[in-house]
Amino acid sequence: MINQNIFTKNKLVPRSPRDGFGQGLLEVGRVNPDLVVLTADLAESTRAIYFAKEFPQRFFECGVAEQGMVTLASGLASYGKIPVACSFSAFSPGRTWEQIRTTIALNDVPVVIAGLFVGVSVGPDGATHQMLEDISLMRSMPNMIVLSAADYYSGVKMVELAVGLRKPVYLRVPRVELPEIYTQEAEFGLGGSNVVWQDNDAEVVILAHGTMVYDSLLAAKLLNKKSKAVTVIDCYSLKPLDVKTVLAHCESAGCVVVAEEHQMVGGLYSAVSELFSANTPLPVESVAVFDSFGQSGQPRELMDHYGLNAENIYKKAIRVINRRKELLQKSIK
Amino acid sequence: MPLTLDTSLLEEKANNIRISVIKMLVAAKSGHPGGSLGLADLFSLLYFNTLNHDPEDPMWSERDRLILSNGHVVPVRYAAMAEAGYITHSKLLTLRKLGSILQGHPERTKLPALETTSGPLGSGLGQASGIALGAKMDNKRFRVYCVTSDGEHQEGNHWESVMFAAKYKLSNLTLFVDRNFIQIGGRTEDVMPLEPLREKYLSFNWNVISSDGHDFLQLSNAIAKARSEYLRPTVIICHTVPGKGVSFMEGRHEWHGKAVGEEDGKRAIKELSKIIKKKKND
Repeated sequence: MINQNIFTKNKLVPRSPRDGFGQGLLEVGRVNPDLVVLTADLAESTRAIYFAKEFPQRFFECGVAEQGMVTLASGLASYGKIPVACSFSAFSPGRTWEQIRTTIALNDVPVVIAGLFVGVSVGPDGATHQMLEDISLMRSMPNMIVLSAADYYSGVKMVELAVGLRKPVYLRVPRVELPEIYTQEAEFGLGGSNVVWQDNDAEVVILAHGTMVYDSLLAAKLLNKKSKAVTVIDCYSLKPLDVKTVLAHCESAGCVVVAEEHQMVGGLYSAVSELFSANTPLPVESVAVFDSFGQSGQPRELMDHYGLNAENIYKKAIRVINRRKELLQKSIK
Repeated sequence: MPLTLDTSLLEEKANNIRISVIKMLVAAKSGHPGGSLGLADLFSLLYFNTLNHDPEDPMWSERDRLILSNGHVVPVRYAAMAEAGYITHSKLLTLRKLGSILQGHPERTKLPALETTSGPLGSGLGQASGIALGAKMDNKRFRVYCVTSDGEHQEGNHWESVMFAAKYKLSNLTLFVDRNFIQIGGRTEDVMPLEPLREKYLSFNWNVISSDGHDFLQLSNAIAKARSEYLRPTVIICHTVPGKGVSFMEGRHEWHGKAVGEEDGKRAIKELSKIIKKKKND
């Protein structure tokens, strides 16, 4: 299920998870007549256009009106449809958070909120469109499931997963083109995760989601070069988290790096820290955006500017391995 | 929808609903009497004349849907539902109490016959439009009714849905506006002028009807007209008196969200009981 050519540069075909998302809507739409798709004037950018062209009777353009779109989706779900409401995540759930809270989460109806365009990798559009707080917003909401796509095929598969759950779901889908980590056969389940790199006797675990999964794999390669064994897990189900897998690997290795294109507050780093506080206290380092907004630029240069890259994950991994050693020495004394 | 209009029955039900509302709010020591009393006649008409529904089978798939957008007046709906047999009258006194299915603002998961969850204003029409759209897609015959307040027309979310319902020609949707000219902070026209409301809806391509919100015949005619409209959603602007039926509450915005004390409650019930007795003697 993992692409075997992942490190072969000339065999890598970068594709956007949003293309996978669009394809996923189309494929699920062909087998599930209850699926309806809504956008707020972003059919092209969100790739909902694929579905709109094949199923015009089940596609609804709501205009530049995200709050109207999600409340409409709530009503469609109350009636018996399964709506996927697509926009940029800065607008939805950014602008629509209260409507989602009241009419979808508290109301407990099956709506998929699809947030396309996430993080600084949105690029030239700048901070207004570079959503870095969405997971924090949605993870704190009762009844809400939070999923994050890392590449093209996870984009495809996560639509199937989200629609099939018949629950309130937030699905985060990046715009930037990314190497294919998964093959078509990859599987994704609620509360699941995928171990995408595993060395024997790993001394550090890298937990990542979304755009940072590939960089985590690159970091694993760098660590291997320095004879450091490592495990990389794609925690695509942010809520509920795959507690069993995460705890098993992290307790065994003894230290952790969390890499995500999100604010440090409220994302996977927070989720994991909460987990460790209640179970096994472990040293954790975060690769994320630290209490700041993004800015205009090219995706790769922005990722580098904010330290969202393999080199930084590598550095944090070395640091947390050392922290772990110091803690062990202290406890021996 | 029955062809004949038994106005004396509707009046009696409305009065019972008002008495229940006062009892509930006194017991809860909080809540919103103004709009709840003002809408008692409309809810009496809806539950005992307009709606095609079955309290014995609340989730019957072909039922008409009633969506309450201004969730703070939910006591009037709970009282009407008790009158119609959805819940017991004794249950009404659990309003706003720990563990009750009668939450301070309506929650579908606690009481599915409420259809939606509301309270934060401006989101009801969007939900009603979604249900109406789903029904249209599947050629369902049931109708969708949505009750809104005038104050919540200040919400942007509402107008987004007004545009959507017109674009998709949701003629199976009827919207009621409780035009009582009050909101929590004062008179609507002082807080944020809404007039000309009728023209606003007309310019958004809606079918617009105005009605006395306490006149069963006018309201019923308006609802019938909405049913014969095939191209546009209909809004019925219902002119109501907030606090209707209780002399010291009528027309006063102070009673929008003020708790009803024991003494005021007794006075109110005394007044409302007199109306029933007078009607019976007549």
